[in-house]
Amino acid sequence: MPESDRSHRPLPANRAVFGTTDTDSVHDEPGGGDLHPHPVPLWMLGGVFATLVVLTVLTVAATYVDLGRLNVWVALAIAAVKGTLVAEIFMHLHWDRPFHRIALLAAVAFVALFIGIAMLDRVTYLPDLIPGHAPGVQQ
Amino acid sequence: MASVAANPRYEGKHHLAHHFDTRRQQFDSHKLAMWLFLVTEVLMFGGLFCAYTIYRASHPEIFLFAHTLLDKNLGAVNTIVLLFSSFTMAWAVRAAMLGERRRLSALLAITLLCGFGFLGIKAVEYNHKWQHGFLWGQHFAYAELQDYLAGHGTDAATGPAPDPAADAHAAAVMAELDLAAAVTVAHGHDPALIPRNVHIFFGIYFVMTGLHGIHVLAGMIVIGWLLRRSLRGDFGTRNYTAVDLGGLYWHLVDLIWIFLFPLLYLIH
Amino acid sequence: MNTGAATIADRSNGAAGRPHGENYLNCASGWRSWLFTLDHKRIGVMYLAAILFSFFLGGIFALLVRTELISPGHTIMDADSYNRAFTLHGAIMTFLFIIPGIPAALGNFVLPLLLGAKDVALPRLNLASFHIYAIGAVMAVAAILLGGVDTGWTFYTPYSTTTSGQVVMVTLAVFVLGFSSIFTGINFIVTIHKMRPAGMGWFRMPLMLWALYATAIIQVLATPVLAITVLLLVAERVLGIGVFDPALGGDPVLFQHFFWFYSHPAVYIMILPAMGVISELISTHSRKTIFGYRAIAYSSIAIAVFSFLVWGHHMFVSGQSPLATVIFSALTFSVSIPSAVKVFNWLATMYKGAIKLETPMVYALSFIFLFGIGGLTGLFLATLATDVHLHDSYFVVAHFHYTMMGGVVIAFLAGIFHWWPKMFGRLFSQKWGNIGAVLVFAGFNLTFFSQFVMGSKGMPRRYYSYPPEFEIYHQLSTYGSYLLAVGLFVAAGVLLHSLLAGRRAPANPWGSATLEWQAASPPSHHNFDGPVILTDPYDYSGLVWDAEEQGFVRTAHEEVVR
Repeated sequence: MPESDRSHRPLPANRAVFGTTDTDSVHDEPGGGDLHPHPVPLWMLGGVFATLVVLTVLTVAATYVDLGRLNVWVALAIAAVKGTLVAEIFMHLHWDRPFHRIALLAAVAFVALFIGIAMLDRVTYLPDLIPGHAPGVQQ
Repeated sequence: MASVAANPRYEGKHHLAHHFDTRRQQFDSHKLAMWLFLVTEVLMFGGLFCAYTIYRASHPEIFLFAHTLLDKNLGAVNTIVLLFSSFTMAWAVRAAMLGERRRLSALLAITLLCGFGFLGIKAVEYNHKWQHGFLWGQHFAYAELQDYLAGHGTDAATGPAPDPAADAHAAAVMAELDLAAAVTVAHGHDPALIPRNVHIFFGIYFVMTGLHGIHVLAGMIVIGWLLRRSLRGDFGTRNYTAVDLGGLYWHLVDLIWIFLFPLLYLIH
Repeated sequence: MNTGAATIADRSNGAAGRPHGENYLNCASGWRSWLFTLDHKRIGVMYLAAILFSFFLGGIFALLVRTELISPGHTIMDADSYNRAFTLHGAIMTFLFIIPGIPAALGNFVLPLLLGAKDVALPRLNLASFHIYAIGAVMAVAAILLGGVDTGWTFYTPYSTTTSGQVVMVTLAVFVLGFSSIFTGINFIVTIHKMRPAGMGWFRMPLMLWALYATAIIQVLATPVLAITVLLLVAERVLGIGVFDPALGGDPVLFQHFFWFYSHPAVYIMILPAMGVISELISTHSRKTIFGYRAIAYSSIAIAVFSFLVWGHHMFVSGQSPLATVIFSALTFSVSIPSAVKVFNWLATMYKGAIKLETPMVYALSFIFLFGIGGLTGLFLATLATDVHLHDSYFVVAHFHYTMMGGVVIAFLAGIFHWWPKMFGRLFSQKWGNIGAVLVFAGFNLTFFSQFVMGSKGMPRRYYSYPPEFEIYHQLSTYGSYLLAVGLFVAAGVLLHSLLAGRRAPANPWGSATLEWQAASPPSHHNFDGPVILTDPYDYSGLVWDAEEQGFVRTAHEEVVR
């Protein structure tokens, strides 16, 4: 019953509503619509930088250890940790509106989708589907 | 001006555009727009990561061989330079929010210098590739590669001496791909055993680092503009939007490099 | 409710608080006041003019192609010119006309008005988007003048990396136009998130806003991949990087993955806003609450998400792996679900409605018919076995013209006729408007239905010549395209005539309940002169015809009821 769904909240009657935002419920309070900056403490910024440097050294060191196919995943995991630190702390996502994080994660998810399906096509490719009728790999 | 500069809670020059109700709404709108722009950047680079993945999965031997022609140390140093610039940029946003005018300008200047440092080191690397003809696609100089390898032997100046374990791994990969001829020496120091299509790696390398470099350049232009405005006294506790958003862009450029570095320089 | 009545009385005279007759069109003059305006309405009107010019240009190429094909072999041009003509028809129509068509022209104009806002959230970005569009259009036209391209609008490698012609210029134009599209998308998402009036929750938005929001999501997520695709193509051509060029060990099928990761979602960039327009029009011109509001809203988002999962159906015969092909086929069928949800809800909305065959409604009805055919023939093409036969035949050409032209362009025309009185403050001749619409409908079906027939009989697309047994279908198609052109000229004549001699439009000529009709026609520079009264966008109970106003006015009484 979409109709009843939509009318569960009464419409504000005769309200002058020029541009006031729904998302910003504080706009009625004096000064409520003002900025409220959240400066990240300096120790935290410094700590993140130090961690990033340590992780960079670690990722270089990891290439000297033979983990077989795991090497690339270790490198990517370390990069992901570094990336998360940059995004959450340097880019303020930790204190920000959740939608910004959703947007970034959606971007990453769509890149993964793109790479994932392209890879799926690649690994299941049959160069010799009809024997003798497909272009063979020229050596 | 001096008295204003001494004020630790300098507000900056601010105004509210006519179509917004509150400062908060204005700031939120601009910030959301910036994040959406960053989303487009992630997807644009995502295309290159896709090309990278496809070719690396299909031809690991090209990547194993070709990455030894890159300078791992310069790559690592550049990573640190960019991380440091991200740190100073994040600090600059903090300074802007606290109305610390002089510190803001100084931090922006340092960030800008780091940008120059990054591009400088990148230029050294590119120059090395250019000298030896390690270029993209059709411009790759295979003849020079053979001379280069013959001249350097196992002492390749561009990479660490290959360790036996790496060789064994590479050999295993190649064996898996049925490239029997290439099994014995993985790093291709025998000029006869260079894998086919090494130029593909350099095509991808130059496109990825080149596009990233263009983004660094764009970020530097933004930071230069922020620095000019900061010196003019535009920013303070009530106007830090531009610094915040410029910072977000700069961090994203850093974020992309965080993934490019291990994928291009640290292949095992 | 006295205050409400007073407010309504104030507004109904349309010009309270400003000099009589002043509006966004005449509040400033001189070319600078247009070219550098930050007003979303003026930017929308400039987009509309630019886009209609592109439509005209693309239409000329379409008529040239159709005329050439009226007989086998050489009719009016040689084979190379023919290749260039159909490429330019496709590229111009896609990148310069349909993609920006509804969002940038109509969307720009109505989106802030639908929100009761003064402007979009980022007016400068909006203007930048238009300037970038203009630069891209100039680049595309320059490429035509310098010799054009013959690759088809898809720029498939390796042909596009080896053929002569202005491939680099055209693809760079596409790159630039992509930025314009991204900026519009970002702007719309931010505006819908941050500028909604208090009381307008997500499920109180008009469905046009849902459609524009879903469109903007695709614009932001897909367009950057097109940007990198064309950049890599340019790098391939200019530098020879070897990623897509098989001569250098590159992979041409990878190019197709890249291209369709954008270009399939792009067809939903085109059709989603069209569906939004139709949702508004069907409800308004049937004077009946939209049926299944939530289903239509969710289906917009579902289409946006599904659009990213089906790109491989363009590659069924490209050497894609069988597994990927089967998966893409199955996912393609699933897109039909949200599309059908919309169609059925529109039909249910009209059921027992007070349907008035006003010109926008005539176009909206043709949309439902033509989009239905376009959508259903898509199922033939999603089926693997039939697609092997139909692939790259005129059946495909007919299918996407039924969705793109019969769907998007018809909805675009419907939207223009619907919002024309709001945009320019003039009423047009309903009679001649309807005659134009019927001519367009008849001409369209004659043009493209014959293409279904010849496609299923095996006529391949993009061919310069053909065996004599196809001649009758080609002739019918060409005569149909002439009829279609006549219909479009009639429609253009009706609108031009209204500008010169049309009656003044009331604020609300159709009795629509969405907020833009509370503004004067045309709106003032700041859109609304008095307070905006937030109402249910599909509740028509409070709107009554006022003979003096010659339009609909809102009675105070419904405020009590709701």
